[in-house]
Order: sequence, then C-alpha cells, then structure tokens
Amino acid sequence: MSSTSTPAELTAHYYDLHEHDHPEGGSTMLGFWIYLMSDCLIFAILFAAYAVLGGNLAAGPGPQDLFDLPLVALNTAMLLFSSITYGFAMLAMVRGDKQKVLLWLAITGLFGLAFLSIELYEFHHLIHVGATPQRSAFLSAFFTLVGTHGLHVTFGLIWLVTLMVQVNRFGLKPANQRRLMCLSLFWHFLDVIWIGVFTFVYLMGMLR
Amino acid sequence: MSYVLHCSTRLGAPPMSHSSRLARRITPVLLLTPLLSACDMIVLNPAGDVAQQQGDLVVISTLLMLLIIVPVMALTIFFAWKYRADNKEARYEPEWSHSTQLELAIWGAPLLIIICLGALTWVGTHLLDPYRPLARTAPGQPVAADVRPLEVQVVALDWKWLFIYPEQGIATVNELVAPVDRPIRFRISSSSVMNSFYVPALAGQIYAMPAMETKLHAVFNRPGNFRGFSANYSGAGFSGMRFDARGLSNADFDSWVETVRGTAVTLDRAAYLKLEQPSENVPVTHFGQVERGLFDAVVNLCVEPGKMCQHDMMAIDAKGGLGLAGAYNVAQLSHDKFAARGTDGARPARFMVAAMCDTRPVPSHEFELPDPVNLAPLIGAGLALRAGAVSAALSPIPSRF
Amino acid sequence: MSAPEPTAISPIFGRLTLDVLPLHEPIVVATFIAVVIGGAAVLALITKFKLWGMLWNDWFTSVDHKKIGIMYMVLGLVMFLRGFADAIMMRLQQVMGFNGSEGYLNAHHYDQIFTAHGVIMIFFVAMPFVTGLMNYLVPLQIGARDVSFPFLNNFSFWMTTAGAVLVMMSLFVGEFAQTGWLAYPPLSGIAYSPASGVDYYIWALQIAGVGTTLSGINLIVTIIKLRAPGMSLMRMPVFTWTSLCTNVLIVASFPVLTGVLLLLSLDRYVGTNFFTNDFGGSPMMYVNLIWIWGHPEVYILILPLFGVFSEITATFSGKRLFGYTSMVYATVVITILSYVVWLHHFFTMGSGASVNSFFGITTMVISIPTGAKLFNWLFTMYRGRIRFDLPMMWTVAFMLTFVVGGMTGVLLAVPPADFVLHNSLFLIAHFHNVIIGGVLFGLFAAINFWWPKAFGFKLDMFWGKISFWCWVVGFWLAFMPLYVLGLMGVTRRMRVFDDPSLQIWFIIAGIGAVIIAAGIGAMLVQFAVSIWKRNELRDETGDPWNGRTLEWATSSPPPDYNFAFTPVVHGLDAWHEMKQAGVKRPLDGFRAIHMPKNTGTGVVLAALSLVCGFALIWYMWWLAILSFVGLVGYAIYHTFNYKRDFHIPVETVAETEAARTRQLATVGA
Repeated sequence: MSSTSTPAELTAHYYDLHEHDHPEGGSTMLGFWIYLMSDCLIFAILFAAYAVLGGNLAAGPGPQDLFDLPLVALNTAMLLFSSITYGFAMLAMVRGDKQKVLLWLAITGLFGLAFLSIELYEFHHLIHVGATPQRSAFLSAFFTLVGTHGLHVTFGLIWLVTLMVQVNRFGLKPANQRRLMCLSLFWHFLDVIWIGVFTFVYLMGMLR
Repeated sequence: MSYVLHCSTRLGAPPMSHSSRLARRITPVLLLTPLLSACDMIVLNPAGDVAQQQGDLVVISTLLMLLIIVPVMALTIFFAWKYRADNKEARYEPEWSHSTQLELAIWGAPLLIIICLGALTWVGTHLLDPYRPLARTAPGQPVAADVRPLEVQVVALDWKWLFIYPEQGIATVNELVAPVDRPIRFRISSSSVMNSFYVPALAGQIYAMPAMETKLHAVFNRPGNFRGFSANYSGAGFSGMRFDARGLSNADFDSWVETVRGTAVTLDRAAYLKLEQPSENVPVTHFGQVERGLFDAVVNLCVEPGKMCQHDMMAIDAKGGLGLAGAYNVAQLSHDKFAARGTDGARPARFMVAAMCDTRPVPSHEFELPDPVNLAPLIGAGLALRAGAVSAALSPIPSRF
Repeated sequence: MSAPEPTAISPIFGRLTLDVLPLHEPIVVATFIAVVIGGAAVLALITKFKLWGMLWNDWFTSVDHKKIGIMYMVLGLVMFLRGFADAIMMRLQQVMGFNGSEGYLNAHHYDQIFTAHGVIMIFFVAMPFVTGLMNYLVPLQIGARDVSFPFLNNFSFWMTTAGAVLVMMSLFVGEFAQTGWLAYPPLSGIAYSPASGVDYYIWALQIAGVGTTLSGINLIVTIIKLRAPGMSLMRMPVFTWTSLCTNVLIVASFPVLTGVLLLLSLDRYVGTNFFTNDFGGSPMMYVNLIWIWGHPEVYILILPLFGVFSEITATFSGKRLFGYTSMVYATVVITILSYVVWLHHFFTMGSGASVNSFFGITTMVISIPTGAKLFNWLFTMYRGRIRFDLPMMWTVAFMLTFVVGGMTGVLLAVPPADFVLHNSLFLIAHFHNVIIGGVLFGLFAAINFWWPKAFGFKLDMFWGKISFWCWVVGFWLAFMPLYVLGLMGVTRRMRVFDDPSLQIWFIIAGIGAVIIAAGIGAMLVQFAVSIWKRNELRDETGDPWNGRTLEWATSSPPPDYNFAFTPVVHGLDAWHEMKQAGVKRPLDGFRAIHMPKNTGTGVVLAALSLVCGFALIWYMWWLAILSFVGLVGYAIYHTFNYKRDFHIPVETVAETEAARTRQLATVGA
C-alpha cells in the first residue's frame, strides 16, 4: 500500500499467490439449505391454502368425519422413527462403518415405506367413502398438502435407494458423505413439515 | 385535425361541475399541450362527487410529488451539463463520496413528502371507501338522514351488464340510469368470472366477483350521457362489455322508469339463466318486471333450480358440514358451467356418482345440524372474541357484508 | 346439470389433433412459414460451416458462467423480438379498432397476443437478461473462477430455454392462454378456459421457474462463499449487492409462484377446488398468492439494474460512488419492503379502507429508499468528470424517465386514486415507464458497458446513438398518450373502441412504437457493424472505460479461469485501488487451475422436461410418464459420475498469461 513498497510486495499484497484448490463441494450444504428453505415456502403456500380453505366443506364431510387419529399417530411414529434411524446411519458414517450405514439406511427406508403405505391406505379409504379431492375446497387443500409431503417422502426414498447403491459401490468417500448429509437434512426437514401437518391438519381438525 | 375538433366539442357540451375547479385550474399547467387541455379527461373532470374527489386526489398527489420530482429532474440535467468531461472549469473531487448532511437531506426529503402523502392517503381512503354510505352529494350538501339511496344491483354477465332496480321492480341490460343528486348504492356481483364495474364519470371502480358481493356508493351531480364498462378483462367479449350510464333529473328518471315498466318482459329465473349465456355487444334491453330475490340468488349461485345456496352451504360448513352422508351431494353444489362458453368441454371428469346424486332442491335451514363444537379448549379464556367479532372490531366500517 | 360429453381423448395423441394447428389464421400461418424458412436457413448455415461441434462442445454443454451468461442474453434478445412483435400487433389493432371496424385481429387471437406479450416480456426477456447479466458479472466482480454450482447453472439455463420453447410452440400447436399475463381464475380455470392455452402458460412457467429458482440459489451461495479474500460484505461492488438481494428475492418468491401454479394446475387437471367459484374455492386467494410473488418480481427485475447504474455512474463520473453505505441499506430495505405491498395490485377488490391504506402507505415508503438511490447517483455526478459514452447516456435517460414512472407509481398507491386509474392505460403507461425506463434502459446501458469485457471490442457509437435516440423519443411518444388515455377513462386489453376521439392518441402511440422498432433495428445494426469493425473497436487493455471493479482487472474476454491468481481486496472499488497503487500482475509462479468439466446432462434433462410439459399440455399421459421417469432416471444416472472436474495444466495457464502480457505490451500498459 505505502509508496515505499516494492512492486513484488505490492503484487503479493494484492494477489493471492499461494492459493490452493477450493475443497470440492464446499458450498453444497449451504446451497442445499437454501433449497430446503425454498421448498419450505411451497409448503407454506399449501399450509396457507389449507388455513384459508380448511373450513370450506361445501356441505360435505369435515375433518371429524374423516380423520382416524390413532392411524395418523401410528403414521407419525413411523416417520419419527425413520428420522432417528437416519440419525444412527449418520453416526455410523462418522465412524466410517459402511455396513452399519447401509443397515440403518435400509431400516430408515422401511419406516418411510410404512409411512407411505399407511398414507396411501388413508387416501384410498377417503376416496372410497366419497371424500375425494374434488369434493370440497377443504379436501382439495388437505389432499394437496398431505400428498405433496408424501411425494417428497417418495422422492426421498428413491434418493435413499440410490445412495445405498452408491455407498455400497463406491464406499463412504467425501462425495457420498456429502450426499448422505444432504439427504439427512432433507429427511429431517420432511419430519418437521409432517409435525406441522399433524398438528395443524389432524389435531386441530379433530378439535375444531 | 378532425379528432381535435371532436375533442373540443365534447368538452363544450357538459357544464363544468362544482369542484372541478381545482382540476380545471391545474390541468393546463400540468399538461402543457393544447391538445391535452382540449380533450375530455373524464377522470379529472367527472360528473359525480365521489369521482371528483378521487380525481382531485390524483391532482393533489401529483403536485405534492412534483415538489421533489421537478428539482431532481432539473438537477440531473444541470449536473450532467455542468460536470461534463469537457468542462475543465468545474470542480472535480474524485474521492468525495460522503456527506452526512446530504445523506440526511436525501432520505429526509422523500420521507417528508411520503408523510404528507401517507396522511392524505389514510384520510382519503377512509373517506372515499366505496363501502361507506355517502355523507354528502356535493361539497356543502350533506345527505339528510331520511334520504334513502337508490339501490341498484349490478351483475356482470358474459359479456354484458345487468342492472336490477329492486325499488322500481325493473331491470335493464347495458343501461344504467340514475336520478341526479340522489345517492346510489350499488350491490355488485358477477355470474362467471371477475369483472370490474367502472363508470369513470360517476365513481372509481370495484371488482365484480362471482359468489361474492361488493358495494359502491356514488352520486351523479349533473345530468348527461356517460360511459361505463368492465375494467377487468373477462374473456372474448370483453371489449363490447360497455353500457350507457345516464344521469337524469328526477322527473326524467321517473318517466324512464315508467317506460321500462311498460316493457312486457319479465326477468325471472328462467329468463336470467338464458340471459347469462355468453353473448357479445348486446343492445340495451329492458325488463318491466323482476323476480324478487333474483340478485341474492345470483350472489349465492342458486338461480338454477335445485342448487344449494352459498349462504346455506356456509351455514352448514360453519357447523361442521353434513358428514359422510353429504359426500355425494355434489350436483346441487356445482356451478362452474363446464363448456359454458361454447367450447368442446375437454376436461377431466368430476367424480360424480350419478345414482347417488340427489338433485331435489334442498330446503334451506332445515338440515339436522350437529351441535356446535366446543371451542373452549382451543380459544382459551384470554381469547373470548370469536373470529367474526375480531374482524368487526378491527374494521372501521361496521357490517361490511 | 348435464355436463357435455368430453371429447374423446386419444390414448396416444391425447387431445392433440390436426385441428389444433391454427391453419385458419393467415397471420399465424405466415409467421410459421417465415420461422420455418428462417430456422432452416440458420440450421443450414450452421451445418455448412460445421459449427455443430463447436456449439455443442463450447457452448451448449459449457458450465462456464460467462458462456452461460451470454447464452441467457441471446435467449433474452430472441424472445424480445417475439415479445415486441406482439406489442406492435397490439398497437396496430388498437389503431384500427375504431368506427365499427373490428381491426385485423379477432378476439381469440388478440387476447392471446396481449397475454403472450406480458408473459414473454417478463419471464423470457427481462428474466433471462437480468439472470444473464448477473451470471456473467457476479463471479468476475467478486474475483471467483465460476459460480458455486456450475452444472446447476447450465441446467438452469436450459430449463429457462425449455420454458421459452414451450411458449413459442403454442404459437403453432394449439393456442396460448387468453387470460392476461397472470391468468386470474376463475377465467383461467378449466370451466372457462378449457383449451390448451392456460396449460401452455402453466408448464412454460413451471419449467422455467425451476431454472430461475435454482439459479437464484446458485448465485446466493456464490456471493456468500466465493468472494475474493478481503472482500467483506461492505466491500462488495454495488452490482453484486443488488444481485445478492435480487437472488434472495428470487429464492423467497419463486416458490410461491410454483406453489400457486401447482394449485391452479390441480384445479385444471384433477378437478380440485382451490380457485373455483363453487365447492368452497376462493379465486381471491389466487390473486393474493400470485401477487405475493408478483410484487417482489418487480424488484427482482429492477434491483440488478440499480446496481448497473451505480457502477456506470461512478465509472463515467470518474468518482467514487456517493453514499455507498446508504445505497446498500436502501437496497436491503427495498428487498424487505417488497414483500409487504402486494395488495396494492388489487385495492379494488373491496378490502377495507384500513387494509388498503396500510398497503398504500407501505408502497409509498418504498419510494424513500428508491429516491435515496436516485439522489446518490445524482451526487455521484456532482463534482465528477462525466464522460458521455453510451452507457452514461442511457443512465441519464433512465434517471429522467424513471422518476416520472416512479411518481405515477406512487400515485397509483393512493387507493382512491387507484380506484379511478386501476387497470387503465394509465397503469400500462406507468409500468412500461418503469420497466422500459428502468429495466430496459439499464440493460442497454449494461450491454454497451460490458460488451467489450465479453467480446474484446467496443460497440459502435454511431449506431448506438441512433438506437438511443429512437428508443428515448419512441418511448415517450408511445407511452405518454397512454397516460392521457388513462385519464380519459380508457381501460386496458380492449380490442375495439366506440369513442372516435380516442383514436388520435392510439395513432401517436403507434408512431412511437414504430420509432422504438427503429431503435431495435438500429441496435441490431449496431451489433452487426461492431462485429464487422471489431478490429477497429478492439480493446486490448481489458479496461476500456477506466473501471473500478474487479471484472476490469482481467483480459477481455476473460480466460476460462477468470483470474490466474485471485485478487486480494483491501477496500471498495478494488481494481481502482490496485491501479492507483500501481500493482503489477504476477507473471510467474502459475499453478494448475481446478475447473469443472462440461456436461450435456443439463440439455438432456431440460429436453425431457420439455417433452413432459408438452405431453401434459396435450393429455398424452403415457408420454408424460415416460419422459418423467426418464428425467428422474437420467438425473440418477448423472449422480453416478463422480469425475466432474479437471485441472487446466500449468503450461496452458502460463501460455495464456504470457499472451496477455504481450497484448498489454502492445498498448503500452
């Protein structure tokens, strides 16, 4: 800076002459976080739609006629358990135990599958009794909110299976660890959303 | 130029109204082109007190903002000229980039303007709320307590306007007529899609929306023929969706009503259902008689026999719906007319089980309704107000709907 | 009620039949023939000059932010010509639709044109232009080698392009929406718009929206993570700041658009009741939601250009930007406030007076930071040495034009004034005043300013001036009459008129539009002439305007890796400071540079999305499922490729830098 510096000193002052490669994927977690927040906004829209339209039953069935709280509680338990088992998979990853990671991922996947099956059963039952998404704005908002969450879980499962194949084939290399971390964020995020769904849609619906 | 001539003759016709003075004085100053001042700026020089106040607000706000806009524009030109690179005389301070006083001024000056404009906005918006019954028909002419406004029910149809005069028991299509100096109370709705009811000479616009009712209060201060139209695009026939809006003296209005009454056409539900079919550029039509309660049926989407009215549906919903038994009663609720506009009806099929559809009319308020749910656990002791009461408490104008 | 039988839907072609080709519309057929001939000619030329390999390897599959930025700009320019063609057709129709004449466009065609004009100009012109600009400049300004997720960047671009292709397809296969650019239900619902138009609208925006959201995430992360050492937030160039705020707005608002369009598509495809009149739906909810996206969108478009004007004013005044800190705060305040003003787009819906005044006043409050920005530019010019090159000319034109648009905007924020001016041509004049006067003038300033950086030669001044004057004069002539017409109570989207006294104003506006067309023509000539005379206009220094920020520190065009050594930042206007200090670039000690590899995955995924969108529009369910499965499958396949990077060998870097040294020596730098 000062006028007495030599040109070489100046150059060293203004250029990073000893730069190293940026660690690969250094921004991935931040990027994925921001993506999750944008996804969260989509859910915010669906929650808002449910809040506005949830009372518009169009002289049809309402939450109390339709929701089976014990079933939904069981469903919630499935998803919460799957989050815990995913946590175990991450602990195994930190220890570098590939087999344990695969095992816990498989258990997580099974819980996820159970969650989806119960949800599909619930949807099937509702449609069977005539409570279709077309019946009223309440049901439109309900099916869309819960269904969008279910769709996310479905994609989470596809991702989970893909990752299991990749971990099995390529081991717990940094790229795979990063992917496991991202899926972990995604999976817990879906859990948080579900807690919102369970509270606002099911519990409040039964109380209303 | 013939257009210019046309403009000025139009201007000559209607006499200037009371409070257009401000606009008249300012318009030529604002808009220097002679062409402009010769033309018919109906928004700034309307025929109704409400529109006049709104137009005045346009002018006042503009003047207020010009206080800062004009100096900025002048300074831009001046600085651009003064500090051009050729002008070596001008001072050059390449590192000067901060001045606290200047910063205060450049944030403060717009702030002051916005404070004034904000105050104007708050007051103006409340005074000119379209839902608010008129307090005066003109400056210094308060509305007496016993004056009943003329009620006009407005329905935006595909693509024409229906006006129902319940007091007179008549209806018109594409012709709005009202006596001068009597407050008018519009109740506005639509049959299919969103429109906007707008008579520039009379008052600002308000949306006309299906299954909903909006309100507008206004008054004509001088007789004349004006234009009304939809100000919100609504489909193929939108351009032709205009109507004549006429202010008449009381006597002329009465004789007009008599003329319409003489028309041996009744607007009943069947006629309405035929009328609401899409049509374009519809000429003025008169109905000498109107079925009672038609407008309410329109708002509630239950003109068609066998349809459940929206207010009944909402009353049922408020009490928790009809349960699983109500799951299949969809035919009496559907309104959006598939392929109503003559299209081929490519659409996904609605789930509708024909055998279980009960299309018999449902008598209103005769359902066995479940007991209201106890809200106490949700609301708690601290929140005794019900939702409706809360919104009423927040709203400055009581009983909006 | 008896619903009419739905027309038979073919299991293979869905509802796509030969009837949907608009063979009965001579204008469309002529356009189609012109496009086919023109397209065939372009393809033939590319084949003749054997450019396919170059295009594919160096451009389409490139993950270089500079090339992607340029491709965005090309996309924006192409779509701009389409959007402008729509504009001039509307102007002509409104000139002709008088005295009982129907004009030359029927309602079916005219209603598509004004819808397409709005959709194209916002989503496929302004957005690509702005995204392209940010893509090109942000990494250079912060001293980075690329964005954080280069592959994602390529994918985002192709998704935006796929959306644009879908809109263009609607011109020749089926029809576009006839709903206005925001497609308010119930009009856009299946009951009142059963044909394919609204579906084109939905899927074009959804596919492009994925690209926009991802590119927003990408640029936020880039700005947060990849700044050169020493560049703290308060040392970032203003353009980078405005880009950051814009991308925050994108990420925080585009999901709302995605969500609301999802609900609309469910209404249309599944028969749900979000926005229907019956069964408890609420069309008003759509209007609220879409404007919760729509208003921030306005600032997404204008904020980066505020950054552009800041850079240009400081550079061409030869002076530090006045009030950098307040400029940054103003930008952040605008970002936040843009979320609490959405209701001013529908004061006339009948919300209470208190609600209306609240949103009116919040809207006015935004004009305070905006006004502060204008003053900052003004006082940057004050005691400067202003060089009136083209970028600065556009900037001054912007300042004079934009204040008028801003003023009419604040006027429309006064609810009672809005009641008489809402949806009128006054409103049209207002937002063209800010979008043309702000966004477009800013883009033209930016193109003239950064063109030499991107291509190594300046743009021709003569044709640039012709374009400038045509645009400025044409703009005022085209839109001042609309202000007048608005005050005469004329509403928007009208096709025919019954009051002959209005016609003169439409004629004046039409003449203005023709002059703007001349301005566009002159701009295209400017590009052509400049490419032709590129050796005369060559800039060897990499810093033709005596710039102040880091993008001017490297060669023009910059090497693939942008900077052989990352600059270290010690203050605002980093490059200006380096020049003052007399810093020499390092001439040896180069290292191999780690860079991402090109990939065709983005093209493939976007193409599959395009097929999927098209299949959904025409109810070809099998194709939709197939392409969607393909999409997911290909994405998974892509994740099995772990080798996505390479090193530019140190010899190549040394060679490139040596060439740069020789180049600088020729101009004595």
